[in-house]
Amino acid sequence: MIVAEQKPLEEIKGVLGDAENVLVAGCGTCVTVCLAGGEKEAQLMASALRIASRVDGTPIEATDVTVQRQCEWEYLEMIEAEVEKADLIVSLACGIGVQTFARHFPDKWVVPGLNTTFLGQPEEQGIWTEQCQACGNCMLAMTGGICPVARCSKQVQNGPCGGSEHGLCEVKRIRRVDGVPVMVKGRGGRMMPATEDVECAWHLIHDRLKEHNRLDLITGVQEPKDWTTSRDGGPRRIVREDLILMDEE
Amino acid sequence: MQRTGECFEPQLTAFTCSYCAYMSGDTAGAMRIQYPATTKVIKLPCTGKTDARYIMSAFEDGADGVYIIACPIGNCHHVRGNERARARVVHTKKLLDQVGLGGERLDIFFLSAGMGESFAQAAKEMNDRIMRLGPSPLRMGGKEVGAGEAGEQKNGGDETGEQSVEATQ
Amino acid sequence: MSTDNGLKSGSNLEKVLRAGHFAVTGELGPPQSADPDHIKEKVGYLKGMVDAVNVTDNQTAVVRMSSLGASVLAVQEGIEPVMQMTCRDRNRLAMQADFLAAHALGVRNMLALSGDHQSFGNHPTSKNVHDMDSMQQIRMLKDLRDEKKFQCGDVMKGCEPRFFIGAAAAPEAHPVEWRPMRLAKKVAAGADFIQTQLVYNLPAFKKYMEEVRKMRLHEKTAILVGVGPLKGPAMGKYMRDFVPGITVPDDVIARIEAAAKGIDPEDKAAKQKAWRAEGIKMCIELIQEVKEIEGVAGVHVMAIEWEEAVKPLVEGAGLLPRPVV
Ligand code: SF4
Ligand code: SF4
Repeated sequence: MIVAEQKPLEEIKGVLGDAENVLVAGCGTCVTVCLAGGEKEAQLMASALRIASRVDGTPIEATDVTVQRQCEWEYLEMIEAEVEKADLIVSLACGIGVQTFARHFPDKWVVPGLNTTFLGQPEEQGIWTEQCQACGNCMLAMTGGICPVARCSKQVQNGPCGGSEHGLCEVKRIRRVDGVPVMVKGRGGRMMPATEDVECAWHLIHDRLKEHNRLDLITGVQEPKDWTTSRDGGPRRIVREDLILMDEE
Repeated sequence: MQRTGECFEPQLTAFTCSYCAYMSGDTAGAMRIQYPATTKVIKLPCTGKTDARYIMSAFEDGADGVYIIACPIGNCHHVRGNERARARVVHTKKLLDQVGLGGERLDIFFLSAGMGESFAQAAKEMNDRIMRLGPSPLRMGGKEVGAGEAGEQKNGGDETGEQSVEATQ
Repeated sequence: MSTDNGLKSGSNLEKVLRAGHFAVTGELGPPQSADPDHIKEKVGYLKGMVDAVNVTDNQTAVVRMSSLGASVLAVQEGIEPVMQMTCRDRNRLAMQADFLAAHALGVRNMLALSGDHQSFGNHPTSKNVHDMDSMQQIRMLKDLRDEKKFQCGDVMKGCEPRFFIGAAAAPEAHPVEWRPMRLAKKVAAGADFIQTQLVYNLPAFKKYMEEVRKMRLHEKTAILVGVGPLKGPAMGKYMRDFVPGITVPDDVIARIEAAAKGIDPEDKAAKQKAWRAEGIKMCIELIQEVKEIEGVAGVHVMAIEWEEAVKPLVEGAGLLPRPVV
C-alpha cells in the first residue's frame, strides 16, 4: 500500500491562508490502513484546526468528510456538496488523492495534509517499511521476491556490494519518529541525526536463493537496468485497449 | 471552591474503564473520601478505547483538563488496553501542545479498584493543576463556556493519596 | 583491435603485470580544494615507489578535486594514475563522457566502484545516481574498448578509450561464501585487475584465495592485495569494529599494542613512534607473506593520510626499485 504520514500541524496551518471554511478530507483506503489519513484522522485534524484557530483568536470552521478513495472521480463526485461549502480543502489522501481532488474541483484550493512516503508494508504495529519503488520493470523473479531497487541503498543490480556485513547494509538510515529525525550528540558534541541499521537486501536475496537452490539466477552479470519504465522515462501512463470504450459510432 | 483571582471553577473530564478505574471511584465514594467536585466521569468499556478524538471533543466542548483513569499496568482486563491508552495520551499531549492548549492539561493515572484515596488524589491533582494553569484558552476566548457540566457532587476533603503517573514514556 | 604487443591499454601497470613482475599500486587522494600543488607534493612521496596510483573519486563521499582532473595532474607529474570512478555520482552518459576525456588526456587505467554512499560524506542531503552498478560499469568499459561500442550499442567512430580495467573486491564482506562468485562475475564482466579491500586477516584471505584458485580466476585477472600499515591499536580496533568487510584478528591488535610496552604511557610521541614503526614492520611482513600466495599478482598499498610510509614499506618488502617496462 501507499504509506504516508501526517505533516506537522504548524505546516498545515501555514498554508491555510485566510480560509474560514476548511474541509478536511480523509481517504478510506491506503492511508486509513496506515493510520495517517482515514476517517478518524480527518475528524481529529478538523478538531485540531478548530481548536488551534480558536486559541489563535481567529476561529475557523473546520469540518471533515471521508471518501472510500480520493484517487477516483466517482468517489469525489459523492462529496460535491461538502466541497462546495468549503473555501479550502486539506486532503489527507496520498499525493495522488490530493491531485485528483485538485483536478476534479478546479476552482477549489487543495493542500496536502500528509507526506506521501513510500510503497510499503506494515512490518509490525506502528512500523512500516518500504518495499517497492514502482520501477515499472519488476525483477523480483530474479531476486527471490526481495527488491534490490527499493531495498538496496545503492540499487545495486549485481549484489551484494562490499559493504554488506552480518546481514546489514553499511548505509544506515536516519532514525525518524513521527517523521522527525531523532537528534543525538555526535562526535565533538555536535547534535546530529541518530541512525539505525538497515538490512542488506542482497544478503537477504542471496540467502533466499540459496535456500531455494536458485543461486544460478544471480551468477550471470545482470545487464544495466532499463530505467525508461521508471520515473526516468518521464511521467508514466498505462493504456489498456481492452478496457477503453470506443466513442459511439 | 478554590478561586484564582476571578471566579474559576475548573471543568474536568475523566475517562475511566469500567473495571478497576471506575470502581476506584466507587471505593472513594464508599469510603467517603472527599475530592474536588469538578470532574465529570465518562465510562469506557476499556481505556484501550481512549481515542484522541474523545479527548479533543472534551476540550472543544469546554473542558479545562482531561484525564484518563486506567487499571494498573499489567492488570488490564483486556490485557494491554491501558498501555494503548498511555501511548495515545503521550501522542495527544503533543497534539495539545501543537494546537496551543498545552499537553499539561491531559494526564493518565493507573489505579486498582481498591485505591479510592488515589482516585481522590488524582482528581485533586488535576484540579490543582488546572487551577494553576487557568481556564482553557478556548473558554477564555470564546463564548461557548462549559458544555460539560461539573460531575456529581461528592464529599470534599483533603486526604492525600497516591502519586500521579505522568505519561511521558 | 589492440595496441602494440597485444596489450589492452598499454598502461605501465598492465606492462608490469604482463612482464610477470609483482605489481605495487598506491593511493592518492585529491585535495578538497583547487590546489594542484597538493597533488605534486603527494606524487613526490609516491613516484618511483609504485607502478601506478589510484586517484580517488570523491572518496567517502566528500567533495574533492575530480578524479579526472587529479589524474591528469598526476600524468603531468609523471606518475601513472588509476582513475577511480563511482556509480554514485554519474549516470551512464557522464561515465562514458569522462572515459573519453580521460583517455584523450592520457589516463590508461580505470577502476570501477559503486562508491561510498553520500550519507557518509559532507553532502548527505544530495541525491545519488546509481544508474548502473560497478559490475555493469566494468562491462561498459570492456565494450567500449574491445567492441568500440557505447553502452547503448552504438558503434564508435574514431579512437576508442582503451583502459586497463580494474575492479574492487572485498574478500571478507558478507556473505563470505558468495565473495569468490562475485569476483568471478567481475572477471566475466571484464576486470583485468582487482584491488582488494584492506587485508589484515591472513588466514581468512588465504581461504578466499583457495576458492579463487579453484575457479581459476587468478589466471584471468591480476589480484592486487590491499595492504595498509596500522598507525596504532586504535586504528586497528576502528577498522575491526566499524569498517564493513575488514576483520582484524586479535593477535594483530595485540602485537601493535605490545609495541608501546615499556614506554611511559604519558609520552604520547614516543608511543606513537613505536606503534608506527611496528605498523610498518607488520605491513612489510604481510606483503612478504601474501607475495607467496599463489595467484597474488601484487599489492595495493593504502597508507591513508600517511604517504611517507610508502617508501619504507615498499623498500622494506624488497620491492624496489620498481621495474621499468
Ligand atoms: S523490481 Fe521494481 S517493480 Fe519490482 S518490487 Fe522492485 S521497484 Fe517494485
Ligand atoms: S550493503 Fe547490501 S543493501 Fe547495502 S548497498 Fe551494498 S548490496 Fe546494497
